[in-house]
Amino acid sequence: MTFSPELEARFADLMTHYPQGRHRGALIPMLMYAQDEVGAITPDLMEELAKRLGITVLQVDEVVGYYSMLHKKPQGKYHVQVCTNVACMLLGGAELYDHACEKLGLGHKQTQASGKFSLEEVECIGACSWAPAIQVNYDFHHEVTTAKLDQILEGLQ
Amino acid sequence: MSNMVKLTINETAVQAPAGTLLIDAAKLAGIEIPAFCYYEGMALQAACRMCLVEVEKAPKLLAACVVPVTEGMVVRTESPAVVKARKTTLEFLLTNHPLDCPVCDKGGECELQDMVFKYGAGESRYTEVKVHVPEKQWSPVVFYDGPRCILCYRCVRVCGEGMGVGALGIVNRGVASEIAPSHGDHLECDECGACIDICPVGALTSGAYRYKTRPWEMEHVGTICTHCSNGCKTTLGVRNNEIVRGNNRDRSGLNGEFLCVKGRYAFDFNHHPERLQTPLLRVNGEMEEVSWSRALQAVVAKFKAGGKAGVIGSSRIANEEAFLLQKFARTVLHTNNIDHHRSGDVVTLLDALSGKTATLGTADDCYNAKAVLIAGADLSQQQPFLANQIRANYRHHKAGVYVATQGAVREDKIAKGVARTSGDCMDAVESLRDKLKSEPELLVLFGDSVKGEGVRKLVAFGESLGIPVKYICLVDYVNSRGAMDMGLLPDLGPGYHAVEGAPGMSLPQMMAATDLDLLWVVGANPLARHKLASDKAFVVVQDMFLTETARRADVVLPAASAYEKNGTVTNVCGQVQRLKRAVETVGAKTDLAIIGLIARGLGVNLGKVDADAVFAEIQKTVRGYNVPLPVIVTGGAAQTMPVNGRVPATVLPELIQSSRDTLFTTGTLTRYSKILNEVLEAPGGLYR
Amino acid sequence: MKLYNPPSPLETRVVSRRFGTENSWRLDTYLATGGFEAFKKATGMTSDQIIDELKASSLRGRGGAGFPTGMKWSFVPKNVEGPKYIVVNADESEPGTCKDRLLMEHDPYQLIEGILIAAKTVGATKGWIYIRGEYRYLVDHLDNVLKEAYQRGYLGKNIAGTGFDFDLYTQIGAGAYECGEESALLESLEGKRGVPRIRPPFPAVSGAFQAPTVLNNVETFSAVPEIIRNGGKWFADLGTPKNGGTRLVCLAGHVKKPGVYEVPLGMNMMYFINEIGGGMRGGKKMKALIPGGSSCPLLRADECDIPMDYDSMAKAGTMLGSGGMMVMDEDTDMVKVALRIMRFYKHESCGWCIPCREGTTWLQKMLARIVDGNGASRDVDLIGDLAKNMLGRTFCPLGDAAAMPTISIVEKFRPEFEAYVAKNPFASSELVQVA
Repeated sequence: MTFSPELEARFADLMTHYPQGRHRGALIPMLMYAQDEVGAITPDLMEELAKRLGITVLQVDEVVGYYSMLHKKPQGKYHVQVCTNVACMLLGGAELYDHACEKLGLGHKQTQASGKFSLEEVECIGACSWAPAIQVNYDFHHEVTTAKLDQILEGLQ
Repeated sequence: MSNMVKLTINETAVQAPAGTLLIDAAKLAGIEIPAFCYYEGMALQAACRMCLVEVEKAPKLLAACVVPVTEGMVVRTESPAVVKARKTTLEFLLTNHPLDCPVCDKGGECELQDMVFKYGAGESRYTEVKVHVPEKQWSPVVFYDGPRCILCYRCVRVCGEGMGVGALGIVNRGVASEIAPSHGDHLECDECGACIDICPVGALTSGAYRYKTRPWEMEHVGTICTHCSNGCKTTLGVRNNEIVRGNNRDRSGLNGEFLCVKGRYAFDFNHHPERLQTPLLRVNGEMEEVSWSRALQAVVAKFKAGGKAGVIGSSRIANEEAFLLQKFARTVLHTNNIDHHRSGDVVTLLDALSGKTATLGTADDCYNAKAVLIAGADLSQQQPFLANQIRANYRHHKAGVYVATQGAVREDKIAKGVARTSGDCMDAVESLRDKLKSEPELLVLFGDSVKGEGVRKLVAFGESLGIPVKYICLVDYVNSRGAMDMGLLPDLGPGYHAVEGAPGMSLPQMMAATDLDLLWVVGANPLARHKLASDKAFVVVQDMFLTETARRADVVLPAASAYEKNGTVTNVCGQVQRLKRAVETVGAKTDLAIIGLIARGLGVNLGKVDADAVFAEIQKTVRGYNVPLPVIVTGGAAQTMPVNGRVPATVLPELIQSSRDTLFTTGTLTRYSKILNEVLEAPGGLYR
Repeated sequence: MKLYNPPSPLETRVVSRRFGTENSWRLDTYLATGGFEAFKKATGMTSDQIIDELKASSLRGRGGAGFPTGMKWSFVPKNVEGPKYIVVNADESEPGTCKDRLLMEHDPYQLIEGILIAAKTVGATKGWIYIRGEYRYLVDHLDNVLKEAYQRGYLGKNIAGTGFDFDLYTQIGAGAYECGEESALLESLEGKRGVPRIRPPFPAVSGAFQAPTVLNNVETFSAVPEIIRNGGKWFADLGTPKNGGTRLVCLAGHVKKPGVYEVPLGMNMMYFINEIGGGMRGGKKMKALIPGGSSCPLLRADECDIPMDYDSMAKAGTMLGSGGMMVMDEDTDMVKVALRIMRFYKHESCGWCIPCREGTTWLQKMLARIVDGNGASRDVDLIGDLAKNMLGRTFCPLGDAAAMPTISIVEKFRPEFEAYVAKNPFASSELVQVA
């Protein structure tokens, strides 16, 4: 499996971060960064990272299934994550999520056939004082209203 | 003792060595603290929360499996708070556990059932929908039922820490967590079944045993596995004269609960449809089924006729049978033409160690020695229990493990020193000298590439290290060692005494002799690798199956398997253990009985032909075998005494040849094991 | 860099003093505003002197557990062979908490300086900032800052000419609340599932890669430079006796001016809500609040007229926690709040131990059933009972975190649960069940 030179450079740098013989520490960052490039945690990717870190594919799989941001299936170009945890819920997070479902024609963890949008109802993303909040890919949007959500989604091409 | 800690458990004064875990200290005092995830000898988990106990001054209940005893500690294991915690933990556990006990293999011997029975939660307040996922088959022998799994992680640990395989892991998170196999949807592993054995519930079940019986409908017969030389105790579950299960859950025997794939599953050859149940006699060139009396008459007639006779014994028959066979050959047939397939050079080792004491290693030494050298053997494949002992030694005692082998082996992973050889290992062993020298003591295990002069060189090397060194000469089969001790050798009688008269022919010599008149093969299959040169030889074969040798026979006498006889066998380390009859096959007789019947036919008195009587004779007459009978009778392993004297023999290295079996083979026998063949053909094929 | 909410003049800004100033995250800005003075001062101090200052400051861990920082550092064994490490818990994932984000965004050098002082104190040579995956933008931001710090000699060899060497890296997480628990974080840092470790040993003795490790929250490290620069007593005096210093509080929910504010410990909670938070929105009355992240027991409005400090909160049966304060007005459906909290903990339970794995699942299903109108009369008692059966019996504090708010909500707002159940005509049936 081949990666972009930028990702390879990032991997190479990561490998220098850990004590001698403890390179496995790089696994989770590698999965996160590689997922951005590959689009999902594919079997090939798991095998490649297992090989590079000298661990078994099962050991990689144990990790992948544990972390909620690691996805085995590809997501949309824009992954819309609506927080409905307490702080957001108090200020309309649930309604915002319902609106997003309707607007995108998607349910939790679903992706549009076109591959443009995917939707996920997420747990607290750390924007509680500026609730309700969403993330589109890694970008935060604070104090989102349904109108603002429409505007955000429409602005994405 | 000064490092004893005094504490109080349930108002009883208890003493335990410093560092003892509370759960073990309670056990020493006869107090049970229940647990699922805690497992002696394995990594601590503190996951099941069943062992929570009240410790005075602690703000909350503590997990007894991770708390070491401290001086003056006051512990209560049955206080109302503890009892309630246990009960509610069981209630939690049962929320998603299917209550399919009536059809679950584990029903009746399930730890969860026992816990609920003892600690309550007989009533459930759970009215929600249970989590359900379908059962999965991971290999011909391993099935996983996720909902039954209580996530105690015993299987993960026994596979990773215990077996050194690491084929099981935990995937997903939270309530969706489950155990997963090494290769996505299937396992590639030793198929040892330790995961199934150790599972406290019916989450992991065995392809060989599932839905065959209720546990309480079996008889449990403790005997010795008939496959490799390690001599593991296996407890056979027998129902209606059929072996349906092999395990060693009671941890009796030298192997504790360890068994490999063969010990756990490969008993099924016993019920193979091709098992011989009627004697066969060659009449006009064709094999015909005949009665026992007619077959024996034919044998007796030929034995009476005399001529040049050869006898080939087996490394799978019992000591009593081997002893009687050589006695028959030497006193009735008056020949020293007796041998068997030799797989390790025990003879030279005994001679090389002559005059030294405490130099023969045991299975216990594999677990306790400060350092271990494996020379020329793929231990995990060929000697699975000894390999397990060494892994446990590394895990529990940080033993120094050294490997000098032809290729990569599993022990490389835990080795302090690894060297490769293309020859007899001495070059590789020599390259480890400095490291080995720095160890306080050493146990050397060597395979068949070290033989003849090689053995003497290896012993000289050990001598030159200046530290105490012990040796184990690895051999192949369940009674390889006993066959030699009993004198199934052309130049040595029982106990390695020189034979009277000239040494006889070795196995290859017998096969090559063109003038052989009679060949008597007991439990062996020499024609699998040799050609019989003498066309005129009348061949008598005692076997379970129509092997290559049996096909050439003039008379084939159906023999009982090791699971169908009483007697003793001696393992690779010289430990004598008892075979106990578990089942019978109609028409087959034990080799001992057959030898006795032939003797009777000849009108020869060999003494009382009964396993106990012959063993009594062995005890009296075979050097090293004056072992305590009670140890053996009660299912223990009795260590034979080292010969400790010169052994008057010159070993020809070409006579020593291991079959280099794998975990999934042991010579002819395993061809008839359906399970082993299925495992070999399963996705992933032979795992290494 | 823009602030997400305007500051309040009633704040006492110590760790947040550079927030909102131009280029607050640049080294030059930092140096121009007293940056690295503390580190230089620390290089002239002994480890014991530094730890004494921390003890004098009464600084406690700002992640939620509130363990005294000076004491934590003092547990790192001295005179032992082998490396020692610093790990920063930037996994900020306690619902209601969004402060560490700002510290890393606006004043990363303050964090770095705090880390360096810790490293110098215990003799650590390497450190990681473990950042939750959702804060990906901060990883890039911090990577740039670290690059600048290396280039300018504030990381790497011979830092600021003191002869002290230290390497610092970012480490991204991948979405797991449990990794905010320090030992689970360390497992994750080693490339494993974020399942907590058996303790003892504590990280101070055996932490990252089994080496002695100082592990603190972002805000805790960020407070260190000002404490060293101005003295522990100065910091302590900002608060009340025994509850010294300031801390960031993330105000959220039905208040007019939600936001992250730095206030001295001991400030009256109602004063904070009304004066800094601007009081309740839309003229509504306050019903309850969660004082410090969703793991804390709730307080009814009438219980909130108390000082915000560790002791007063404990007396009120709750905790300051991670500083995530969520205020709820009179219209809030407390049963739904209880369900939402339990959904979170069920989602985040690592699955390692039985009571947490099965308890959160059971409670979540039952609460969902009640909200769906299928509650049974006996359920109301059962919620509290099951939560208590988890409390104190799980492998790590996540089980307690799920149990504590639940117990408090059922106890304090029982009629709301009963009202839900009363709507079910079959509520008293023994057979209530939903497929």
